[in-house]
Amino acid sequence: MEAVQNVENKKINTNEIQGINKQTFAQKLSAYKRQPLSLFLLIVVCLSALLTVGVLLFLIGYILVNGIPNIKPELFEWEYNTDNVSMLPSMINTLYMTGLTLLMAVPVGIFSAIYMVEYAKRGSKLVKIVRTTTETLQGIPSIVYGLFGYLMFVIGCHWGYTLMAGAITLAIMVLPVIMRTTEEALLSVPDSYREGSFGLGAGRLRTVFVIVLPSAMPGIFSGIILAIGRIVGETAALIFTAGTVATAATGVMDSTRTLAVHMYCLLSEGLYMKQAYATAVVLLVMVLVINAVSGMIAKKFTKK
Amino acid sequence: MKKSHVSEGVMHAVFLVSACVSILAVALICIFIFANGVPAIMKISPIKFLTGTNWKPLEDQFGIFPMIVGSIYVTAGGVLVGVPIGILCAVFMAKFCPQKLYKVLKPAIELLAGIPSIVYGFFGLVVIVPAMRSLFGGSGKNIITASVMLGIMILPTIIGVAESSIRAVPDSYYEGALGLGATHERAVFFAVLPAAKSGILAGVILGIGRVIGETMAVVMVAGNQATMPHSPLEGVRTLTSNIVLEMGYASGLHKEALIGTAVVLFVFILIINLSFSAIKGKGRD
Repeated sequence: MEAVQNVENKKINTNEIQGINKQTFAQKLSAYKRQPLSLFLLIVVCLSALLTVGVLLFLIGYILVNGIPNIKPELFEWEYNTDNVSMLPSMINTLYMTGLTLLMAVPVGIFSAIYMVEYAKRGSKLVKIVRTTTETLQGIPSIVYGLFGYLMFVIGCHWGYTLMAGAITLAIMVLPVIMRTTEEALLSVPDSYREGSFGLGAGRLRTVFVIVLPSAMPGIFSGIILAIGRIVGETAALIFTAGTVATAATGVMDSTRTLAVHMYCLLSEGLYMKQAYATAVVLLVMVLVINAVSGMIAKKFTKK
Repeated sequence: MKKSHVSEGVMHAVFLVSACVSILAVALICIFIFANGVPAIMKISPIKFLTGTNWKPLEDQFGIFPMIVGSIYVTAGGVLVGVPIGILCAVFMAKFCPQKLYKVLKPAIELLAGIPSIVYGFFGLVVIVPAMRSLFGGSGKNIITASVMLGIMILPTIIGVAESSIRAVPDSYYEGALGLGATHERAVFFAVLPAAKSGILAGVILGIGRVIGETMAVVMVAGNQATMPHSPLEGVRTLTSNIVLEMGYASGLHKEALIGTAVVLFVFILIINLSFSAIKGKGRD
């Protein structure tokens, strides 16, 4: 009722109308004056968006401003000791961990996505179960993954804290990420591609690997990059699986600490705030780069 | 011809096995966590374990009630902080944001999701904790600090789900409201938003799951006292931080009790996941 009355009350002066349905700023302002609730909602909405972006900018700015002066060349030396808590070994371990995890998670993730999209029959029971389990996997907190890895690999398999135990745990953790993005990428490949390939006499396998997968590559890549982000930032799942030894690993059965775990150790020891700042900067820069790369790939993908 | 047949069959099997890996993983996780945790809970007695208010591993007292309460308080606080801001921000992104601004805002939200939790924890430790200390006194590590921290951390989750469910509402709702004389804001809030209700609720539940499972950031800012909190300005220990704090040196029944803590956490998460899929499924119909 209120809204209807407002329309009736509006005095329309034809001289003021400039475009067909464009309001001038003054018109907007007077409209808002008559609708205090609308004005309030507008302000609240804009404020929360500002707040969200503000928090992000403040977080990044604070860590960069306070952290960059603490980045010193000795933090990138080969040897870690209590005098010089060098982060280079942890950075190398992060690379190992990422590589080893992806080595396991990417093939399995892509293959199972291929099964779900290209092979399984519609409405198959297996597909439903796999969907539910991947959703469950996505919801499990990283500390539970860590505990599982500890119970199964560290204790159950008698491996002790090892790079391998950490990598398998993380591989299970990022599997749903890779699966889902690959599935979406495969689904977005038009069916005509497949039909064309079948029509030329190619088998299903050939169609998948020669026709469908290459067209889905950008989407799959962005999923892998998302997974890398998770691996680089993970702490809770690694403390009790890969351990906290701060030297560069020489084999998959060595105990290692990744950069994020390194940061946790520095913070819990409480003696190395400056170095923790520096580590935070390095971690943050890694995440920024990872996000930028995935953004670029996504852009390329949508342009096509 | 025959060769291609064989490879076709082999690869089909490989794909099938890969698809089953996630089922195997969930089964293994359930088996290992429950098989190790449930006997410990039985040994301590389920009632003592779940409702006991004393966590004194040295005296063989394992009551995780303070941690359950701690997790619930911190989760409620995080939701209270994160959900309103998240939903409003999602509304802004879906209905108020100019196209050019959106191109900047969307990656910013994704970045917020990508920041590792340990970095959030560090930020909380060096910024929010001192701020709380100067505002309310004490150590600055309390429920409110943890709630603010977690509220920030779940923003991207809630914004993402809420935005897509707002966008999924047919334009005719919005246009109909405008046609009846509603302003842009009224149309969005009273016609579009109620229609996106179930999607937004699903996002909130997803956010709750994230908060309950969050470990590293909470350990840094929540204070970690294993006692019943009496005011929001007291420190708490959550289920997750209980595990991460003591697992390193625990042994015997103490270690088993920690795995029992994980069982309780896991059951919470399974309930949350189930209700998430139930609501999501309902929204689809």
